[in-house]
Amino acid sequence: MAAEGSANGFRLARPGVTDTRPSPPSGDPAPEELLSEDALLDLSLDLAGHDVAETLTALDAELIGLANVKVRVREIAALLMIDRARRRFGLTSSRPTMHMSFTGGPGTGKTTVALRMAQMLHALGYIRKPKVHTVTRDDLVGQFIGHTAPKTKEAIAKAAGGVLFIDEAYYLFRPENERDYGQEVIEILLQEMENERANLVVIFAGYPDRMDRFFSANPGLSSRVAHHLEFADYTCDELMGIAELMVAGENFRFDEGAHAAFEEYLTVRMTRPRFSNARSVRNAIDRCRLRQAKRLVEARRPLSRSDLITLSERDVYGSSVFDGPGQEVGATPCRTD
Amino acid sequence: MYLRHGTFSYLAELTDDEIAAQVRYALLNNWPVSIEYTDDPHPRNTYWEMWGLPLFDLDEPDGVLAEINACRATFPRHYVRVTAYDATYTKQTTALSFLVQRPVEEPGFELARAEGPDRRQIYSVRSYATERPQGQRYGG
Repeated sequence: MAAEGSANGFRLARPGVTDTRPSPPSGDPAPEELLSEDALLDLSLDLAGHDVAETLTALDAELIGLANVKVRVREIAALLMIDRARRRFGLTSSRPTMHMSFTGGPGTGKTTVALRMAQMLHALGYIRKPKVHTVTRDDLVGQFIGHTAPKTKEAIAKAAGGVLFIDEAYYLFRPENERDYGQEVIEILLQEMENERANLVVIFAGYPDRMDRFFSANPGLSSRVAHHLEFADYTCDELMGIAELMVAGENFRFDEGAHAAFEEYLTVRMTRPRFSNARSVRNAIDRCRLRQAKRLVEARRPLSRSDLITLSERDVYGSSVFDGPGQEVGATPCRTD
Repeated sequence: MYLRHGTFSYLAELTDDEIAAQVRYALLNNWPVSIEYTDDPHPRNTYWEMWGLPLFDLDEPDGVLAEINACRATFPRHYVRVTAYDATYTKQTTALSFLVQRPVEEPGFELARAEGPDRRQIYSVRSYATERPQGQRYGG
């Protein structure tokens, strides 16, 4: 028995018989209703705004200093919020480009800000996933002809819909080497950055002087990067604040003497070579913990809770920074009070 | 003759957005996706040519679509299919496989009969497309 109203016995397509299968629903789901000319839109009702506010608050709380970066992040957030509001009124404009370059010394929080930026852009619907795919030259540049494009495309595919964070980006361009494949990477990246549909945000990061040379050598790249954020080195006070945060985060605390000693340590350390801001602070605290552990084990007595969480003066002064040439304990600490 | 092959073969042809949605579903299930092509439509032809290696460690379909489009551009008149592999059975197991491109003209198959021992009939199927050497079929 044929099914009712169908020439196809078992609903199988037959040549020459008109297709009676239901066609799939066409078109996009209905867009949000456009607001009228004289409507008023309350930005605080934008759900995304709530997530963004949280991200910005976290950024302020977790990152010390970096005032100009915070201002710029807020500006970007505001721009995207307003862009969403404009779309509600049917005012179309081109998608703002969000490719960025982060220039700053080692340990100035470039990667941390990139992670926060990804969360914020995701909350505002600019990218599809709040994920940062970090790559370096090795992940992009091939070792022989024809090897570079697949590698770069693979990295782009993994970062698709999120943020591609290129660390030490200036290594991509080596003017002294004629046959370097880095130039090819830059060309592929330029294509991807222009692509509207890719919704991929590329962030170039590196040290200021070398990044300047990198961008001056690639005018096409420089003009496509909308936001150049500079991460300044931290002052001594800011580093102390970072140290406080880190120590509290690890459930330790400095006692009075250790506090002063650590300030002294920072003053001396900042003048030494290979100082890398927050990362150096992190390493110094780790070594303080080592010395504290050794001290407690050698004390051979029952330990209280406060013993376990307190870092003392001795733990800081044990550092090898203090027995460098011409360093006497008691160098002027950074605070003048 | 319209070749029915793989999943969704009785539905209307998938648009790129629908392909992306299917690929996303596969990636969400942790199935690596691979792209294959052939110009031999015989039903027993299980292993098609691989377009590059399977795409591992993705979580968005953009990369897969870019590869599909590259494969279509290179082989505009071949069959192209997307295969998602499920590795949870500790073997390469096909979880999902569907066509994303087919030739414009599909000439279909010839049924060949042969006389076997004891006057038994032996049947075989031969695609008209395979009369020409590989790479020159379907007017390519």
